Amino acid sequence: MSQSENQTPPSLYAAREPIFPKKVSGSFRSLKWIIMIVALGIYYITPWIRWDRGPQLPDQAVLVDLAHRRFFFFWIEIWPHEFYFVAGLLIMAGLGLFLFTSALGRVWCGYACPQTVWTDLFIAVERWIEGDRNARLRLHRQKKMDVRKIRLRLTKWAAWFLIALATGGAWVFYFADAPTLLVQLVTFQAHPVAYTTVLLLTATTFFFGGFAREQICIYACPWPRIQAAMMDEDTLTIGYREWRGEPRGKHRKGENADQLGDCIDCMACVNVCPMGIDIRDGQQMECITCGLCIDACDDIMEKIGKPRGLVDYLALSDEPRERAGEKPRTPWFHIFRVRTMMYTGLWALVGVGLVFALFIRPEIELSVAPVRNPTFVTLSDGSIRNTYDVRLLNKHGEDRPFRVSITGHPALRVQLEGTPYETVNVTANQMHLQRVYIVAPPNSVPARDERTDVRVWVEDLTSGARAHSDTIFNGSSN
Amino acid sequence: MSDKKDDDLDYETTGHEWDGIKEYNKPLPRWWLWTFYATIVWGVIYTIAYPAWPGISAATPGLLGYSTRAEVAEDIARFEDANSGINAQLASVELTAIADDPELVQYAQNAGAAVFRTWCAQCHGSGAAGAKASGYPNLLDDDWLWGGDIEAIHETIAHGIRNENDPDARYSEMPAFGDMLEGEEIAQVVNYVMSLSGEPQDASMVEAGETVYLDNCAACHMDDGTGDRWQGAPNLTDAIWLYGGDYDTLHETVTYSRFGVMPSWADRLSEAEVRAVAVYVHGLGGGEATE
Repeated sequence: MSQSENQTPPSLYAAREPIFPKKVSGSFRSLKWIIMIVALGIYYITPWIRWDRGPQLPDQAVLVDLAHRRFFFFWIEIWPHEFYFVAGLLIMAGLGLFLFTSALGRVWCGYACPQTVWTDLFIAVERWIEGDRNARLRLHRQKKMDVRKIRLRLTKWAAWFLIALATGGAWVFYFADAPTLLVQLVTFQAHPVAYTTVLLLTATTFFFGGFAREQICIYACPWPRIQAAMMDEDTLTIGYREWRGEPRGKHRKGENADQLGDCIDCMACVNVCPMGIDIRDGQQMECITCGLCIDACDDIMEKIGKPRGLVDYLALSDEPRERAGEKPRTPWFHIFRVRTMMYTGLWALVGVGLVFALFIRPEIELSVAPVRNPTFVTLSDGSIRNTYDVRLLNKHGEDRPFRVSITGHPALRVQLEGTPYETVNVTANQMHLQRVYIVAPPNSVPARDERTDVRVWVEDLTSGARAHSDTIFNGSSN
Repeated sequence: MSDKKDDDLDYETTGHEWDGIKEYNKPLPRWWLWTFYATIVWGVIYTIAYPAWPGISAATPGLLGYSTRAEVAEDIARFEDANSGINAQLASVELTAIADDPELVQYAQNAGAAVFRTWCAQCHGSGAAGAKASGYPNLLDDDWLWGGDIEAIHETIAHGIRNENDPDARYSEMPAFGDMLEGEEIAQVVNYVMSLSGEPQDASMVEAGETVYLDNCAACHMDDGTGDRWQGAPNLTDAIWLYGGDYDTLHETVTYSRFGVMPSWADRLSEAEVRAVAVYVHGLGGGEATE
């Protein structure tokens, strides 16, 4: 690079700058603690909730049963062909993220993302064992590996490892009966896949939460890049009231402090930042909007007797007003706008659709597939026979008889393969494939016609529920 | 190169600019570089451990000796091993008792469908509807040349029909009446046969045809034309024709006769496979109950 002589070109690669976030307290910190406790509580406790479904079904409230291809969620049971429910939930999750991002910026990143929650927990453990920012900095700079440093490091890593193991361990409980699997895991009788999963998630939790931390958000996660497209000038993000704070400087006695802004350049906002940035530089890619700098600055402002909110949730569109000395508009003004309303509307639409679909889920499900190879068979007496593959779903926990019948033309008769009767027994929680024949007598109208519309009826003899499916009968002139 | 400096932030940019937006020239994290090197090392090790480098006739086999073909063979062996119990059961129970065991029926239906698609579909069609032009019987209907209960179907599949390599093959031969009857007589008997199943025919010939029929055909097809399954003689009174029931086809059948052949499968398939495909064919809609 032929740049000017006194300017060295920046290195192509840079080592990670370690970050030592300082302890902080305040409303955002409290909110983060609450969200962490709730999120971790849900994660660890959910697989242990029991839910009685009768003798033949698992009694775990939330279970992804991959072997039997079922998803159990409290009173809801989802079969593979109903996977659109899961797709719907994912769409809702996506729209929900759009909504929150357009209203409150990277609020997901700052409060609810597992990477943030676990990193927060790991930092808390680190602080508890090694001390606050200054102590950790000293320990970091201390070159000599004395007994104390080794002890602190090993204690910290052991604590991290236990958290990571509990994290990876809890995940597999969502896929099998939790109490059984726990016994199997500790007696070394669980499936290798379970151990591999636990090992992998333990390793990633340990590494991501303990060492990679903000590197995941900055370099690995695609979400921050997508989020930029959902923010606009009304989105509330964390910012620095530069017009109020600048010029920054220490308010020393004897110096003309009245010439300075409110920022005393105490670096409190920088010291608490888990991403290692200076919010006073303005909006930047690394900021996960966790609000800790707001807590830190408010604390200082109160101590020096200045109004809070030098660092605050701000909307870009308020900046000209504030610079002109006017008050910013309320947060609700920024949150309720066409864009967020539309996201909310779409989100609610999908949600209502899903709930509706859930309630009109038929108790009996059948599908009728005409066998078209060949389209019809001539029997020895000249009758014309069509064959149908009828799939019957018994969603109940007990075996149930179903009766098959047809309507369409009075001449048509129905026969079931393998039985002289018109009822078929379907095993509990199973799909049964029944071959059904429809026969038209010789020279009858449906035997001669090209096509006759037929409706196949199925009745659950236990509950009396009926379902039907329409199909076609092919005659010999077909 | 001062144009590459951002005025406000004193940081080098790449010099690229779109609509006033400039791109920082920031360093890559060093761990990313190490990750990149690690993937290269991984890639090299992978090509040594697994089949990778193409040669003239084959790729390098890899130190682990892995091959997808061996994996398939392993899978097949595993499935066969898993099915060995039910296969042994299928091969050993009474043929007529299979229908009483729903699990066995379900297994035989599925296994038989696979056997059918592999070995039978070439002649009988993937839907088992046969091919009338070539005289391959339709297995879906309720008409059977040699019998339609599970035992008769099993016998037919195991030994075949009119083949030369199985002494137990079903055998019968219809004479070519072109050498034995006058042309007039053949026309008469064809019209008579058509009358048996109510097909349109030349009524003036039927009476003479009946005499020809009783003299030449009734020994196998029976006096009333209902055929004889012991000899594989088709029923001539029903609506089903192996080669076709129109005048020209019947005339050809009587004049030159027919000689449909089916191979024996007992020496090519296992007993369990023969029984599975017998259960499958029996369950296609025309299967008869054992008498």
